[in-house]
Formats: sequence, C-alpha cells, structure tokens
Amino acid sequence: MKNEWPLWEVFIRGQHGLAHRHVGSLHAPDAETAILNARDVYTRRNEGVSIWVVEAKHIAASSPSEKGPLFEPSESKIYRHPTFFDIPEEVGHM
Amino acid sequence: MAEVDKDKLYQFLLRMGDNTLILGHRVSEWCGHSPVLEEDIALANTALDLIGQTQMWLGYAGEVQGEGKSADDLAFLRDAWDFRNVLLVELPNGDFGRTMMRQFLYDAWSSIMLGHLQKSTDERIAAIAAKASKEAAYHVERSSGTVVGLGDGTEESHNRMQAALDYLWPYVGEMFASDEIDLAMAAAGIAPDPANLRDEYDALVGRVLDEATLAIPAGNYVHKGGRDGRMHTEHLGHLLCEMQWLQRAYPGCEW
Repeated sequence: MKNEWPLWEVFIRGQHGLAHRHVGSLHAPDAETAILNARDVYTRRNEGVSIWVVEAKHIAASSPSEKGPLFEPSESKIYRHPTFFDIPEEVGHM
Repeated sequence: MAEVDKDKLYQFLLRMGDNTLILGHRVSEWCGHSPVLEEDIALANTALDLIGQTQMWLGYAGEVQGEGKSADDLAFLRDAWDFRNVLLVELPNGDFGRTMMRQFLYDAWSSIMLGHLQKSTDERIAAIAAKASKEAAYHVERSSGTVVGLGDGTEESHNRMQAALDYLWPYVGEMFASDEIDLAMAAAGIAPDPANLRDEYDALVGRVLDEATLAIPAGNYVHKGGRDGRMHTEHLGHLLCEMQWLQRAYPGCEW
C-alpha cells in the first residue's frame, strides 16, 4: 500500500462564472502532478478553464447510516421552498 | 521574407515534421502499456499533439515541394533514407524512465526552438510555432517533472534514470549540429541557427538534471546522421514497417 500514489479528487470549472464541479478522481504522487494528470485525464475535450485537486483523505464526508437524521427532517418542510410568493412581472426571470 | 532556396526550405520542414512524426509514433507505442492509467492517457495526449504538429509541418513541406504531396503521402510513402528526423527520436522506448528522459531531452529543445520560430520571417512557420509552442510548454513541464521525480526518487528509479541519460546523451548533440541548410534558414530569418540554441538548452537541461540529482556523462561523442539522412539507426526501418504497413499493403486505403 505504501508504494501506491495517494488518491486525489478532481474539480473542474467548465467556464468562467460557474462553480468547480467534482468530475472524478485519480492517483498522483503530489499536488502539482495531480493537476497535470487531471488536465490530461479530464480536460481532453476542452472541458475546463480551471482545475482544483484535493487529496481524498482531506475530505470529511457524511455517513450513509446518518442519512435519516440528517436529511429526512427537511422532507416535510415544504414551507422552506420559496414557492409561495407571487413574483411581480417586472422582476422577469429569476 | 528573403528569397530562400525551395529545396532547402523543404528539407528544413521535413526535419521539423519528421521529428514530431517519429517521436509521436514512438510515444504512441505506450498506449495501453503505461505503468499507470494517468501516464497512459498523458502519453497518448503527447503523441497526438506531436502527430498534430506533424500535419502542419509536413503539410507545409508538401506545398513547398510542389509535387502535390500531402502530409499523409510524406509520412506513409517515404522510405528510411528520406527521413530527416534526429536519431534521438527514433530510438526504442526502453523502459518508462528512458522514454521520459528522451521526451525531456526532446521537449527542452523543442520548446526553445519553437520559441524562436515564432519570430520567423515565414508567416506560416511563425503561425505553426505559435500553436505548437503551447503544447511544447506543457510537454516540457510534464517530462521535466517526471525526470525530477524519478531521478530524485528511489535508488532503483534514480539508477534507471541515470542509465537512460547515459544512453541518450550522445544523441543530444545532433539537435545542435548546423549545416548549410540551417545557415540558409538563419540567413533568411526563417529559423535560428541551431548551434546558437545550445547555451539556452544547456541551462534548462542542467537545471532540471541538477534537481533530479542526475549527472551528464563525460565524453563528447555525438551520434549523427538522422537530420541530414546520411545514416539512420537500424530502429527506424522497423518503426516505419509498423507505421506504414497499412498504406503499403492497401495503397490509397481510407477509413
């Protein structure tokens, strides 16, 4: 295991103004190489203008077993969706 | 642009295009065989960049030659003695380390050469160089990083990279050996005299090899004969055999 390169998660910004999106993962010995590898693996077809990489071990994730307590309470709270307001015509598309 | 002998310009363009063609083919041999997936894709990308550059160089060469030949004709229907690539690029891949060392030694030259060619008095050459130099800048960033990583890596990777450098270094000098074709290009402002690029090259390569803890081998012997076509290595014929067989067996075949 110690001879394997660490795993990196790759985030690509598709165009200016959009947020970086997670596109996949890859292996690389260091951050600089991870960016080069991400360029070669994930931007071959002109997909991006910016790359972020983060070593996968630094991502803290929610646990699947906590799904109920974490997410179910919000299912019944439809009043949190801003769908009960009348939007004036002159505001246009939001 | 100053008047220049058409045949000399044709030879110069063959040198540029044959370097990228033969190295592109060599690098493509790794496709599906690289040590890790990320390197496999990266090498395939590099090979495709080089073949793309070949289309521009040999396409222009065919126009200058004026016999109606396309880049494909020049790539697939010439025999070994008509190729004008330096010997360095036709050498077999060896292990991954040797491939990356060869790539670095070529990329360093290519990135410097293309930088100068962007100022060519031949607008077409300047335009090709402008496009190719962005690719070359990426290639040299990648290959120099790998040379440093493996050179200054484990004992085994260091030894393999030093062995690769020892094997390849005597082929470096050919990239800087000027002849009458180079002098004609330099006089017309089309291309720099390659001999004048050597200091820039030594500075770049020396910096990377230092960081990689690798030593340039002693000795001044230089293998030559590729860029003037006098004598290629025995490896070129085998490469062409594989690269050209389809057009040779099925002339004019398209798909």
